[in-house]
Amino acid sequence: MTLDLFLQHLSNGISLGSLYALIAIGYTMVYGILRLINFAHGDIFMMATYFAFFGIATFGIPWFITFPLVLVLTAALGMGVEAVAYRPLRGAPKISLLISAIGVSFFLENLTIVLFGGVPKPFPAPAIFTDVVQVGTVAIQKLTFYIPIVTFISLLGLVYLINKTKTGMAMRAVSMDQEIAQVMGVNINQTIALTFGLGSFLAAVGGIMWGMKFPQIQPLMGVVPGLKCFIAAVIGGIGNIAGAVIGGFILGIGEIMLVAFLPNLTGYRDAFAFILLILILMSKPTGILGEKTAEKV
Amino acid sequence: MEIKTRNRVLTAGAILLLLGFIAFAEQFFDLYIVRILNVCAIYAILGMSMNLINGFTGLFSLGHAGFMAVGAYTTALLTMSSAVKKQIFYLAPLVKPLDQINLAFPLALLAGGLLAAVVGALIAAPVLRLKGDYLAIATLGFAEIIRVVFTNTQRITNGALGLKGIPALTNLWWSFGTAAFTLVFLVSLINSSYGRALKAIREDEIAAESMGIDLARHKTLAFVIGAFFAGIGGGLLGNLLGTIDPKMFSSMFTFNILLIVVLGGMGSLTGSIISAFIVTIANEVLRFLDESINLGFVVIQGKVGMRSVVFSALLMFVVLFYRHGLMGTNEFSWDRLLASKAFRRLRGFKKEPAEGGVDR
Repeated sequence: MTLDLFLQHLSNGISLGSLYALIAIGYTMVYGILRLINFAHGDIFMMATYFAFFGIATFGIPWFITFPLVLVLTAALGMGVEAVAYRPLRGAPKISLLISAIGVSFFLENLTIVLFGGVPKPFPAPAIFTDVVQVGTVAIQKLTFYIPIVTFISLLGLVYLINKTKTGMAMRAVSMDQEIAQVMGVNINQTIALTFGLGSFLAAVGGIMWGMKFPQIQPLMGVVPGLKCFIAAVIGGIGNIAGAVIGGFILGIGEIMLVAFLPNLTGYRDAFAFILLILILMSKPTGILGEKTAEKV
Repeated sequence: MEIKTRNRVLTAGAILLLLGFIAFAEQFFDLYIVRILNVCAIYAILGMSMNLINGFTGLFSLGHAGFMAVGAYTTALLTMSSAVKKQIFYLAPLVKPLDQINLAFPLALLAGGLLAAVVGALIAAPVLRLKGDYLAIATLGFAEIIRVVFTNTQRITNGALGLKGIPALTNLWWSFGTAAFTLVFLVSLINSSYGRALKAIREDEIAAESMGIDLARHKTLAFVIGAFFAGIGGGLLGNLLGTIDPKMFSSMFTFNILLIVVLGGMGSLTGSIISAFIVTIANEVLRFLDESINLGFVVIQGKVGMRSVVFSALLMFVVLFYRHGLMGTNEFSWDRLLASKAFRRLRGFKKEPAEGGVDR
């Protein structure tokens, strides 16, 4: 393998990893605050690509207006899901929440099939993102560079929001101890809804870029990335945002390299994430950056 | 009549009625209805086995589709004739001894169940150290790995092409018989000391452990038995449908079984049976949602997939408003049925029955 080729794989891995990281953050934030695997997150990500598709292809709105609109709509969708499916179950056993999450995921997928059809649609990626540039001897899509940059900017914004603003402080407080946070005057429902909104917003950022990178969208496209990004969050240590980013990159780069170096294992590409997950859970169940918690009786 | 004798008589009567019904259905019902009844019974087996793991032991496992796949493939490969196998495996021939072996259906079913149990035991060792969501996602992962492996082992499972021409050996006797056996087996398990230990684990792991219950051993036991019956259910299903492929055994299938378990009540075997019948029959009845309805003067356009939308909404509805399902953790009993309001109204009772002897 030449250096050029290796660099091409690496850049692919980094942009895939960035996308995984963006989606994984949504999982990790929701888990941090509700202790819930939001199975519907992958489908919210899928809905974002459909929103973008309809904005650009059906209504002909230019991309620089469509994309912000998609972000807002997706965030609203995330908050709506929380209000309908999770809020009534506050205080219910965890298993009920998990089943409700599975139900939402199932519902969104099938609703998309009914409303928009199950046939894959081509994502209308604006040309300025998909143009190809020549770097040395290899041709790389501009997108491959944009994705990590956009991810980095989004992450900076998120870190600022969580660490420096009052809302962020409320989120951290709720994830530490809901009751005490409530006693201190934090509006729990509002904070949880915001967390969902923020996670879905980032999923939409990831979804738009995913649509441009893999320009075919279909109702079940969120399932596998959703599971993988949850795995990325677990690998990094669930509840920890930096961990989710690290996990996303490990998974993205690892996957691309597996296919590049061991081409006859390509069929097992989707199993790679699960095998990695099980290995991590066996050796370090709380993930790379996760804290150890002892259960109190 | 003493209550115990009365219940025995009622049970015997119900069994005779069921036997008569099966004999009649096998003879006279049309194939479509017989097939649905078969699916009902198979889903009852799958629901009960999942209930043992999720409902009685409190392990939130989502690996059922994987165990079913193992059972279905094993049974199918052992019952297909070598001529059919040769014809289907045209991309790559089937591995050596397997292409000649041809077993009787019950033996093949048993082999499918046992192999699923072995896979369950292998998975149990690492997975059962995890709890809650981690367990759910790890078991889901294992089921997915099984599916990916089955898609890639061209010489054993025929890869993505799947198996076709599986002999249609599943009939009502087999499916209902196996369901009955599963029920009897699981009821006796749950009423034994093992069953009480499993329920104790569900209620509080730490308390159970301090009462001297070996957590690892009991969890593994529940997991392996659940996997065994899932494998048998899968085998019955494969030999009913005639074709199987890896795509069929995706997490979607597990979620369908989960719906049955939740609707019936986590921790109620008879609840699982009742809801298996309700869900399967409703699934067929709701088929009109996917097709267009012609009312004579106006045609209502059906939409493919509408059925699944209704189904997922139903799952959420049950969890949100009806969390304990049809039966909660109760089991069906004659006393309960005879004491129920609906039944008394049916018989025109006016007086409230005397206290006592109503519940078990």
